[in-house]
Amino acid sequence: MELNLFKGNKLEVTLSRLCHQLIENHGDFRNTVMLGMQPRGIYLSRRIHSLLADLSPQGDIPYGELDVTFFRDDFRRHGAPLMANQTRVDFLVEGKKVILIDDVLYTGRTVRAALDAMLAYGRPENVELLVLVDRHRMRQLPIEPRYVGIRVDTLETEKVIVRLKEGGHKDSVRIES
Amino acid sequence: MAEALLSTPHLLGIKQVTAEDMETIFKTADGFKDVINRPIKKVPSLRDMTVANLFFENSTRTRISFELAEKRLSADIVNFSASTSSVKKGETLLDTVNNILAMKVDMVVMRHPHPGACVYLSRHIEAKIINAGDGAHEHPTQALLDCFSLREKFGHLKGLNVAIVGDILHSRVALSNIFALKKLGANVRVCGPPTLIPTFIKSLGVEVDYNLKSTLDWADAVNMLRIQLERQEIRYFPSLREYTMLYGLDRELLESLDKKLVVLHPGPINRGVEISSEVADHEQSIILDQVENGVAVRMAVLYLLAGSN
Repeated sequence: MELNLFKGNKLEVTLSRLCHQLIENHGDFRNTVMLGMQPRGIYLSRRIHSLLADLSPQGDIPYGELDVTFFRDDFRRHGAPLMANQTRVDFLVEGKKVILIDDVLYTGRTVRAALDAMLAYGRPENVELLVLVDRHRMRQLPIEPRYVGIRVDTLETEKVIVRLKEGGHKDSVRIES
Repeated sequence: MAEALLSTPHLLGIKQVTAEDMETIFKTADGFKDVINRPIKKVPSLRDMTVANLFFENSTRTRISFELAEKRLSADIVNFSASTSSVKKGETLLDTVNNILAMKVDMVVMRHPHPGACVYLSRHIEAKIINAGDGAHEHPTQALLDCFSLREKFGHLKGLNVAIVGDILHSRVALSNIFALKKLGANVRVCGPPTLIPTFIKSLGVEVDYNLKSTLDWADAVNMLRIQLERQEIRYFPSLREYTMLYGLDRELLESLDKKLVVLHPGPINRGVEISSEVADHEQSIILDQVENGVAVRMAVLYLLAGSN
């Protein structure tokens, strides 16, 4: 079975709302940096970064992409290791407000790994999490997003698949079971 | 998310790995190269593992490189060198290793003077084994880091002309490099005095040339090997001075070529023998890049082997 989460122009509306919420909280983004999470969160973070550049043209918000493969807590605990992706972060997060962006929030373990990986770049003033899809009530760690595109109740057996045009697909967000 | 699995549980030699394995190692090493250039050069991946470095033969570079790689993956380490151990009291290899494994060690990095020592060990013990050089047989991580450095320099290895010059007969670096380069689609030519080039080498699909100039004219990159006097039980050439005149690479020769030949050397360098000081420090030499890449490549090998159950 397949369920489309964003029908018609709803994805554009939601992304635009997320951008406006960011503007509401960060103003001119003077002390803010954005980090997209590899491998799939980067397509969402690239979209939001470019939407913000149009909406709030005070200056370019420092933008990076973080890979957490080597910081995962499930290494050697299930199946094969995962292929690493490139980390592109050419600034320090010391004293900055960090907006961490991923497409789907599920158990929260990837975000935990990201917080660990981020330490290599300094101590941020605060870290906020933005996700497009929050798989509600599936958390295994006390991690909550501040900005949420859509909150859904899912089963463990279901999969949430986000495809965006930045990744070479047609925009679509689906639950598959 | 794509999985990163090797086809082998140990790294005994390049002969046992596939081109896909090497590509997986290189991609993972890209990630680790980024890690070791950060202010905090450490990741927690191997924090619940213990690695034993067993060096039955002298080593500086390889040993330090493995040790750094292990530390940057947060592994616990025990070091062992034959000169300060009970091996001197007559203990067998298997007994030594089993005693160390009884102390709950998960991985073994071993250098040994006898070819095949790691293969032998892999048949008798449970831990994962990485060959850090076995006699004149293989030195797989050196070949991987050489190929990784070439890939970084040229972007690819397919169709690349790589020459290996020097003591091919006694060199585990040469053999591992030949296996790796051929599997990755490069063309390989070996060059050196006829006495130091084994006759069977052609069966590995490499060309043989006894003239350094024509070899360098053909090559895009050259790996200059050291003369391994410690492995030579007889005299293979009249004198080192004559060897240098015929097979040594100096700046004059390097700059006389109509291209920017890339120079590699696995170390330790004998300056003024196989390459001159000026060539070792030349802008076309990537010797120090090789050393830096060595840590990233060894981190990738340790990480990938540790992750495969």
